[in-house]
Amino acid sequence: MSPLEHHHLNRRDFLATSASGLGGVALASMLAEDGLLASGKRDSFEDPLLPRKPHFDAKAKACIFIFMAGAPSQLDLFDPKPKLNEMAGEGLPKSLLDKARFAFIKPATATLMGTKRTFKKYGQSGMEFSDIVPHLGSVADDVLMVRSMHSDEFNHHPGQLQMQCGVSRFGMPTMGSWLAYGLGSESRNLPGYVVLNAGRGSSGGATLWQSGFLPSTYSGVLFRSTGEPVLNLDNPKGLPPLLQQKGLATLNKINQGRYEKIHDPEIAARIAAYELAGRMQISAPELNDLSKESKSTLEKYGLNRAEPKGIGGRGKSGETYKDFARNCLLARRMVERGVRFVNIIHASWDHHSNLDPELKYNAGAVDQPIAALIKDLKERGMLDSTMVVWGSEFGRTPLGENRGGRKMNTGRDHHPFGYSMLLAGGGIKGGQVYGRTDEIGWGIEDKPVHPNDLHATMLHLFGINHERLTYRFQGRDFRLTDVAGKVIKDWIA
Amino acid sequence: MAFLALVPCSANPENALAAKARAIMAENCFDCHGPDKGQRKADLRLDVREGALADLGGYQSVVPGKPDQSELIARLRTGNKDELMPPPKTGKALSQEEIEILSKWIQQGADYPLHWSYRPVLPPAIPLLKNKAVAQNPIDHFVFAKLESLNLKPSPEAGRRTLAKRLHYDLLGLPPDPAQVDAFVKDKSPDAYSKLVEELLASPHFGERWGRHWLDMARYADSDGYEKDRARLNAWHYRDWVIEAINEDLPYDQFTVEQLAGDLLPKPTPKQRLATAFHRQTLTNTEGGTDQEQWRVAAVMDRLETTGAAWLGLTLTCARCHDHKYDDISQDEYYQLFAFYNNGDETNFPLPSSKAALGDYEKTKAIHDEKISALEKNLKELAASRKNDQNRWEKETKSRLLAIKKPVTHHPVKLSLPPKQDGYQFDQREDDSIFVKNLIPEKTTFVLDFSTDTGEEPLTGFRVEALSDPKLPAKGPGLTKHGNFVLSEFRAFVVDPVDPKKKRALPFSSAKADFSQNKWPVQAAIDGKKDTGWAISPQMGKDHQATFLLQKQLPAKEAGTLRIEMAQLYGSRHVMGRFRIMGVTGEQSGDLVPESVRKALLVETAQRNKAQVKLLADHFAKNDPQTAKIRKELDDLRKKAPKQSTTNVRVITQRKTNPRKTHVFRRGEFKQPLHEVQAGGLGLLHSFKPRNQGSEDRLDLARWLVDSSNPITPRVTVNQAWAHLFGVGLVRTPDDFGVRGAPPTHPQLLDWLAHHFIHKAKWSRKDLIRLIVQSATYRQSSTHRESLANLDPNNELLHRQNRFRVEAEIIRDLNLAVAGLLSRKVGGPSVFPPLPAGIASLSYANSFKWNTSKGENRYRRGLYTFFKRTSPHPNLITFDCPDSNVACVKRNRSNTPLAALVTLNNPTYAEAAKAFAMRITKESLSGDEARISEGFRLCVSRNPEPDETEAFASLLNEARSWYGKNPEEAKVLAGDVETAAWTASLRIMLNMDEFISRE
Repeated sequence: MSPLEHHHLNRRDFLATSASGLGGVALASMLAEDGLLASGKRDSFEDPLLPRKPHFDAKAKACIFIFMAGAPSQLDLFDPKPKLNEMAGEGLPKSLLDKARFAFIKPATATLMGTKRTFKKYGQSGMEFSDIVPHLGSVADDVLMVRSMHSDEFNHHPGQLQMQCGVSRFGMPTMGSWLAYGLGSESRNLPGYVVLNAGRGSSGGATLWQSGFLPSTYSGVLFRSTGEPVLNLDNPKGLPPLLQQKGLATLNKINQGRYEKIHDPEIAARIAAYELAGRMQISAPELNDLSKESKSTLEKYGLNRAEPKGIGGRGKSGETYKDFARNCLLARRMVERGVRFVNIIHASWDHHSNLDPELKYNAGAVDQPIAALIKDLKERGMLDSTMVVWGSEFGRTPLGENRGGRKMNTGRDHHPFGYSMLLAGGGIKGGQVYGRTDEIGWGIEDKPVHPNDLHATMLHLFGINHERLTYRFQGRDFRLTDVAGKVIKDWIA
Repeated sequence: MAFLALVPCSANPENALAAKARAIMAENCFDCHGPDKGQRKADLRLDVREGALADLGGYQSVVPGKPDQSELIARLRTGNKDELMPPPKTGKALSQEEIEILSKWIQQGADYPLHWSYRPVLPPAIPLLKNKAVAQNPIDHFVFAKLESLNLKPSPEAGRRTLAKRLHYDLLGLPPDPAQVDAFVKDKSPDAYSKLVEELLASPHFGERWGRHWLDMARYADSDGYEKDRARLNAWHYRDWVIEAINEDLPYDQFTVEQLAGDLLPKPTPKQRLATAFHRQTLTNTEGGTDQEQWRVAAVMDRLETTGAAWLGLTLTCARCHDHKYDDISQDEYYQLFAFYNNGDETNFPLPSSKAALGDYEKTKAIHDEKISALEKNLKELAASRKNDQNRWEKETKSRLLAIKKPVTHHPVKLSLPPKQDGYQFDQREDDSIFVKNLIPEKTTFVLDFSTDTGEEPLTGFRVEALSDPKLPAKGPGLTKHGNFVLSEFRAFVVDPVDPKKKRALPFSSAKADFSQNKWPVQAAIDGKKDTGWAISPQMGKDHQATFLLQKQLPAKEAGTLRIEMAQLYGSRHVMGRFRIMGVTGEQSGDLVPESVRKALLVETAQRNKAQVKLLADHFAKNDPQTAKIRKELDDLRKKAPKQSTTNVRVITQRKTNPRKTHVFRRGEFKQPLHEVQAGGLGLLHSFKPRNQGSEDRLDLARWLVDSSNPITPRVTVNQAWAHLFGVGLVRTPDDFGVRGAPPTHPQLLDWLAHHFIHKAKWSRKDLIRLIVQSATYRQSSTHRESLANLDPNNELLHRQNRFRVEAEIIRDLNLAVAGLLSRKVGGPSVFPPLPAGIASLSYANSFKWNTSKGENRYRRGLYTFFKRTSPHPNLITFDCPDSNVACVKRNRSNTPLAALVTLNNPTYAEAAKAFAMRITKESLSGDEARISEGFRLCVSRNPEPDETEAFASLLNEARSWYGKNPEEAKVLAGDVETAAWTASLRIMLNMDEFISRE
């Protein structure tokens, strides 16, 4: 009898003996009552990532979160403001100025800055996109454009934590961790939560995919574009697969022998982890191998594009266009293979200066691959169950940035008081614009959305009641949505 | 409900029932009916008896003795969804069993005993055992009495080999040497075990092992945290402090006081100052455009919450924004604690670079001081021998001075408060000089209003004396590091007596000074140009004077209120630190001596006071060639004074000026202060007694925490130690001793240990650990007992030891140690062992470079690995090493495929496997079996079973055969076929669960 068969522990025993300890015990019973964990499949301690049923039936099964770290300018991409162009050169109305807080702008001399971009209506919905994101325009009818996001945080790292974790404090799980914790993963051979990065690193670094107080089982696993796709995936140099297999078999035998003597279920869990590791060694390279993708697919995603010369600036690596396109395609392949949450990070959007050429460069990098991803998912019938989210920690000011009293404005400052995000698929009602900022794009006039609301709605579409997905840590039941968050019914198809 | 299974039997059954009732209500009711007044619904409070019994308009939630009349029970049982509690939308519901417990509790009188962790720690009686022979010390009486009451026996003592490995893992985090294990097995003396324990407690690696536990709570890291996440290259000094303190067994109360308030101790030593670096492990945000006050407040909150987690086992964070929902901690109390930390400023402290450097310094300093005093003695003797010469000089000079008609006279000025003191303060001394304090800007213009009494004499000019002073940098007169200054412009005015806003400029004709720096002549101070001026380099450290003559004499009756402006606009702080202004009358004549000397000379010899006598002697000596020579020698020698080698470390220092007031922040928002609060303790604990009422500080807080009447800290502390020695604590929620936390599985044992720790062990950590590891409870086998799998699946009865995976750093240490690669060096700067490519670059804007250490530093113990918060070493994080951003009281122990990949494939581990293979193949052993056995002894302190030997032998032969056919691959892996075959086999041994488990 194998250890796994021998130890048909009930759920409670599993959680009590596993790493999550007491917090997990309390959670297990709560979730069991709710339906989460009630599938009855969780009858062994084999794998904390086994798929679990949500609170209620839902369309969304996977999420691809495209995180544009640094804060892209919504005014030059998604939120056209003719009035702002008219008022360009004027100061901010005093009623607004008194309440505002700035990172670098000197309010006394700052003036409104118009956009050089032109906007066009797309699709049946007539949703407007600027001239540097035409591909996104082509999927307008699948996209929900939110123009009324607002955040509490003023600086990048705290803002990024708020977008990823719901709270700007350190040590909190990211939304991918929460989803993996709540729903497990459909993939038995790949991690449930994967991170892809193109270009340079973000302000938040690895804190943007850590699991916080949740066990590291639920933290994001970084897939790399060069070398082994997952750290330590390759055997040591000079060790053939044959000897890896034989070695693992020997290890299995030794550990099993120990288990029979000691009866510690953790040994059985260790055996299972090594078996999974062995499977991952085979699956991850297969995932990364794009040779079976058609040439037209590669072209649609833009893997063959040359990086434009002459523009660019921060974050330009020479490989960013290709890497980002590849990451979008990999995300689709991951979701196909059952990965629950993919976080694609691209960090170069902090345009305090030189906004026009650099934004164009960045938009050029991401526009086509993201649109291709949405179309591809749709063609394959996966968009209904896959939520694609495009967003950032905040947006940028209608005021031009005049750091140090500079006269020429070529960039915009941090703006958490009103910015835009895009969502598509996974039960999202596309073809609509939600919320409205005022005529110069400073504040929100209609339907403000906080990251907690965004997360509450995302979880809802995954069949999770955001108030009931909790983890007890230091005596408190924590949630992705902290102490707030409202499900936005209008977003749901 | 699973949660209930952990509620223990208490000594007092009534209390046990009340504890259960409280746990049920904490879980289900306190969110809306608990201590938080802001969130309280229906004005009903169930966490205190008065609230539960309150008259709600003809009925009560709880009627003691009468569950049928208690609204609480009715609301739990009602079929009406609108009335049902908890409201269905919360997703909470009580089981019948739970309602029964509440009902029974009300029936028995609805007792509200003080929550267990807030009760005073009293030493319980030690229970008697039927079978005394099994007990080693009182711990066993508590544990085994409980087992006996259930007719259970403890597990047998683990074998000697297991015990040796267990003690090594627990106390050092290193594997035992096989020879040492053999000796221990053979040692039949009754104190064999004690000897081993003592040996390990005395090892310098003990401090590394237990220091790392502390560093988890101290959230130690080598970088700032936010965004740029800059390196803190001197952070390791604090880590060294912790390791040393634990090795020296600094009593825990002192350990506490020094870290929380070492700077406030009387005459703190450098080490005590360094200890406060505990508070400097907070994150720093240097992102552009941040509001520094926001992050200062965040750091203070972090300090306070870390203190709560480490010493009180309480989560204070909730009370930032509102009263605590479960524990009786109000928002005001949160800010009372905040007040203790609000006036701790982040400063740097020059720490002696090393012990050796400090020793060297003290030696050379003593030699130097001796030379100085010899020269000073010479000088004194010389002065005595030259008395006659001085007398002659005095006489001559005096007669020359008297010969001058209408001599220049200098008149003191009477200063009225300057019209503005922008960024500086004037401290007027008795000698009419002005000492400049608290200069903030780099450049400034002094403005002085004054009058001067010249009798009938018209004013002919002004004199400025720039004065040296021992309190100034390099003795001044300027405030720069080197003592220079630049007087850019000197202007004088007469202020209109009727309208003080009007003033008339007084133009100057000339200026002269006793000394001017090359290219910085005194005339430049009246040339109207801001970028030129008067300076005195290299003659710093001495008094200087400049006289500015008016174009037109100012009649005495016109000289009402005068104003002088001294613009000092060059570079940074080229500003006079001490000076004197004087009015000048009379004709100019040769400047024989400074004014003070002239005055003294004119006094009759017998009438001179002490200061004048000294002044004259000094002046004479200064101008005497022989004396000057010795003085120069002395000056030169002083310049060569040995400098102490120091390193700036981040510490906390109490703010002395402008202390901050503490306000409650609405919802924790630093921009929304509410009412003011004073520093104070928590109402639910023992009383707070400051040294001085009204000026409570961190030292008071620290002493309050380690006050022997504190009920919670000793319980929290012994529980932490227990958790490290058993894998889990007696309280399974070491991070929550509040009403929602798990109650202790052995409450009396916990109290006995806590009492013993304070009163008998006198806060000695080593005594506490010694006591626990000596117990038979600790020494039990960790083998699971199938017969108890249902009765006690989580070993809450302690019917055996626990078995658990060791921590991230220790897994690496074990591998390197067995491979013979591990460096045993203790302490010192952080190191950079190999990191996979592409990891460091993921932190902000590729700003971080990981320069891999060479030589020994590649193989230092895991706790010395440089910890970059936004890009921590993945080998650490994969095994649940905390992220160092917040205090970590309990590490997770996850078990993932990624972790398996680390120990299988990571280059560090592959390198260890290869080194292990080389070590084993070099041993003078004959045959594969003997070598496999030796490998087992090194890894798991025991010989392999025959089937284990066989399994490895089979793998080895398979590998031999494959590498025999693929010698090129063998070369890549390990060099030659034989070493490659062993590497391929022994790496599997290093992956055995038994190796990375503390059994």
